Amino acid sequence: MNVQVSRRGLLKGIGVGLAGGTLGALGFGDLQPAAAAAVRPFKLAQMRETRNTCPYCSVSCGVILYSLGDRSKNAKSAVMHVEGDPDHPVNRGTLCPKGSSLLDFVRSETRTKYPMYRAPGTAEFKRVSWDFALDRITKLLKEDRDKNFVAKNGDLTVNRWTTTGFLGASATTNETAWLTYKTVRSMGALVFDNQARV
Amino acid sequence: MTNLWMDIKHADLITVMGGNAAEAHPCGFKWVVEAKAHNNARLIVIDPRFTRTASVADLYCPIRQGTDIAFLSGVAKYLIDNDKLQHRYLSAYTNASFLVKEGYDFSEGLFSGYSEDKRDYDKSTWDYEIGPDGYAVVDETMQHPRSVMQMLKKHLAVYTPEMVERVCGSPKETFLKVCQMIAETSSPEKTMTSLYALGWTQHSKGSQNIRSMCIVQTLLGNIGMLGGGMNALRGHSNIQGLTDIGLMSNLIPGYLNIPIEKEPDYASYIAKRQFKPLRPGQMSYWQNYNKFFVSFQKSMWGDHATKENDWAYDYLPKLDVPTYDVVRGFELAKQGKMTGYVIQGFNPLLSFPNRGKMTEAFSKMKFVVVMDPLQTETARFWENHGEYNDVDPSKIQTEVFELPTTLFAEEEGSLSNSSRWLQWHWQAQEPPGECRSDIEIMAEIHLRMKAMYEREGGAFPDPIVNLKWDYAIEESPTAIELARELNGYTLAPIQDATGNTIPAGKQVDGFAQLKDDGSTACGCWIYSGCYTEKGNIMARRDNTDPGNRGIAPNWAFAWPANRRVLYNRASCDPEGKPWSEKKKLIEWNGKQWVGFDVPDYGATVSPDKGMGPFILNQEGVARLWTRGLMRDGPFPTHYEPFESPVANVVFPKIKGAPAARIFKGDLADLGTSEEFPYAATSYRLTEHFHGWTKHSKINAILQPEAFVEIGEVLAKEKGIAKGDWVRVWSKRGSVKAKAVVTKRIKPLICDGKPVHVVGMPQHWGFIGETKKGWHPNSLTPVVGDCNTETPEFKAWLVNIERTTPPADRERTA
Repeated sequence: MNVQVSRRGLLKGIGVGLAGGTLGALGFGDLQPAAAAAVRPFKLAQMRETRNTCPYCSVSCGVILYSLGDRSKNAKSAVMHVEGDPDHPVNRGTLCPKGSSLLDFVRSETRTKYPMYRAPGTAEFKRVSWDFALDRITKLLKEDRDKNFVAKNGDLTVNRWTTTGFLGASATTNETAWLTYKTVRSMGALVFDNQARV
Repeated sequence: MTNLWMDIKHADLITVMGGNAAEAHPCGFKWVVEAKAHNNARLIVIDPRFTRTASVADLYCPIRQGTDIAFLSGVAKYLIDNDKLQHRYLSAYTNASFLVKEGYDFSEGLFSGYSEDKRDYDKSTWDYEIGPDGYAVVDETMQHPRSVMQMLKKHLAVYTPEMVERVCGSPKETFLKVCQMIAETSSPEKTMTSLYALGWTQHSKGSQNIRSMCIVQTLLGNIGMLGGGMNALRGHSNIQGLTDIGLMSNLIPGYLNIPIEKEPDYASYIAKRQFKPLRPGQMSYWQNYNKFFVSFQKSMWGDHATKENDWAYDYLPKLDVPTYDVVRGFELAKQGKMTGYVIQGFNPLLSFPNRGKMTEAFSKMKFVVVMDPLQTETARFWENHGEYNDVDPSKIQTEVFELPTTLFAEEEGSLSNSSRWLQWHWQAQEPPGECRSDIEIMAEIHLRMKAMYEREGGAFPDPIVNLKWDYAIEESPTAIELARELNGYTLAPIQDATGNTIPAGKQVDGFAQLKDDGSTACGCWIYSGCYTEKGNIMARRDNTDPGNRGIAPNWAFAWPANRRVLYNRASCDPEGKPWSEKKKLIEWNGKQWVGFDVPDYGATVSPDKGMGPFILNQEGVARLWTRGLMRDGPFPTHYEPFESPVANVVFPKIKGAPAARIFKGDLADLGTSEEFPYAATSYRLTEHFHGWTKHSKINAILQPEAFVEIGEVLAKEKGIAKGDWVRVWSKRGSVKAKAVVTKRIKPLICDGKPVHVVGMPQHWGFIGETKKGWHPNSLTPVVGDCNTETPEFKAWLVNIERTTPPADRERTA
């Protein structure tokens, strides 16, 4: 079910077949090896193709991400090119001005890369370790929850926490959303929302 | 969407109102062009601006923003007055013949039961008359004065073409032309599709804007049909999924509800959700609520949710207000009542109204955590960026964390698009730097919290320490493990519908197999079927389309139950024969329902049983009148936006929607049309996606800087030329931008007076590749839709004048 349909092999085959076949038909059979060597290889044919979905609007166009590096150990892969997926029944290979420039989004200079921390009253972010950030965040969460958790309202059991808020993200996967739901709701949080309103 | 993107090609008429699909959803809009080219379809666009969608329309009708209900009520009145109705559909498939109980009333803009102090209704009179047999009373002739049909006629009477022109500024002749074109689709052979987006939702009565078109579509018999339906073009790639999985204050996945505190135990909670049929022989599918709820609780807390402990009902928080939505969250923060906010992939500093209030609210919190693949303005609300973010960091005592996350190209999983398709995608590259996935970060938060509660104890640790967390690698659950939970599985052997036994530990085939006795677990019942014993159904890539219906039933998975067109039983007449052979979706073959789509009906329920096609509704039929299900009334009613350039000529005593929630400080922050005479609205450009693409170089080159769009008449009045710097201000703030003077916006003549529209695109901030600028949220009011609390971004008031450039732009100006 999870087979990645690769068109790389197919493209390679077509490329060689065309070069050979056309030249052969014109009677230049002997030149074939030299001519084939002179044909510049199609760069995308060297790349790995991955099926993905445009992260912007709700049309969710199919995209093909072309990356270098086969993701084997020590071969770090990087996306080099993005195209509309011609097999996708909605966009049928097309992309809009937003989707066509996804490569610049992936490679944006203003992407976050390291956990950053801004101490009270200071004017800059400082790089910190994941452990520092996660320890401090969970300590702050627990402190607030323990202090402000409401177990009862009169006789009624209410078990709610309303002093720390949580916002979900509209470009995360359903699977991320579910894990977020479990984590947030198990703490009794009610100040919980997403982008559905904006 | 009730239908799907490809299905638009079957429409005979496409009405785009409350949206601008050509620019905001370009590759989906392609199907409109397809319908025009190959199905002789016509396109109507109703919008304050002559958008690019309008530029390819057969008919463009201008409208003042915030008056859609008056317009569409006028259309509904036209259909009834001119007998342009799908009569059999109306009598068999809608509640037009149901009787409303005595005591329900509507006068001078208010329904019965209004309390001015509470800004809310006592809805007890908003229901059907119930007969001695326990069922709603109906009058098949629809002549009874308390029948829904007669009530509707009475309610619509005021919306004459003349009134529509006075309120909306839409010329009467153009309005009538729209009515005539829409009326043609009352033929069972013809359909209209309605495409809308945030142009309808971002109003104080957004839900009722949509209800108005639902009434029109139901009168015409266009729901459940190929090329018909109500099609919400959602804004983000997975906002449908986030909503489905219930990441909201008051939801449990699959549109179940978080209990309120007046439901102290499971018995009292479920008693209100029995959803017994209101007419004989109806399915009323929500009768299965308990199965979905118990399976959800088992998915959350496994063995700790038992029949004896009410399925761990006490582990769920109980609400004391309708919702703790974002608007309430930041109101509480402004009041100093919030300690912190954990924000995943969201930029609320720029996406919620009244930037000044948002900055104040953030500054009062002890801590803010932002998880995002991009550097957002929210994570830097404390950082000084000159006049674009004029704050003093030394005075802000908030601890801020910016956690780097992966984005789409670096992770696998599913997204739910507007067509309700769950499409799987795969990872293409390694993330940069030390980015982690949101899954790993949330897992760490849970595991560290759990460890602390186990070690130190604290407030009610039970739901945290007992949360079901049986992933192979606890710190990094896989997307497949989580998808399997969403689908649901058996915990003990169960019997399926045919009597076969399914052993424990198997993925269920769909939600019909879920039980209320604890023998099944399911994270989100409507997603059941997405990952079965057959494997990952969401990863299917077979795009074949039998009968060229635009269905592609084996591509990915559509909720519910892989059904592509909702309410498709209504595409057939009561005898089970398609209304239109050309538009056939399913049909009754004498033994069962067969066809191109999964029937939205009992597969073997014969037509002579009289079961209605709207199987989720207790009535079995579509609702023209919505009982007490909407907070602001069973019929849509025209109210002006909270900031409006004109008085309410329909109901002069009432200004904003009477049941909309508005906090005291925000009420005081509303401006008047004397000070702020121009009707402003926000919108999107085709080159940008919200604030994300300002981080992408090509998009920043295509649309580098913020602008304000005004018409030529206003520009002349104000002495503003194209390219001038202008100041635009409201009661809440002031911004600068370049002026774009266009022919696309023309003054609307409302009640004899011109109204000028000011348009503000919403793509700039103070971080990214574009020039720095302001988002319209610096100016917008804080008031939400009565039912959803969606802020009123599409209709508010400003003033405008020519000005000097911002300090950083002086040399280049």
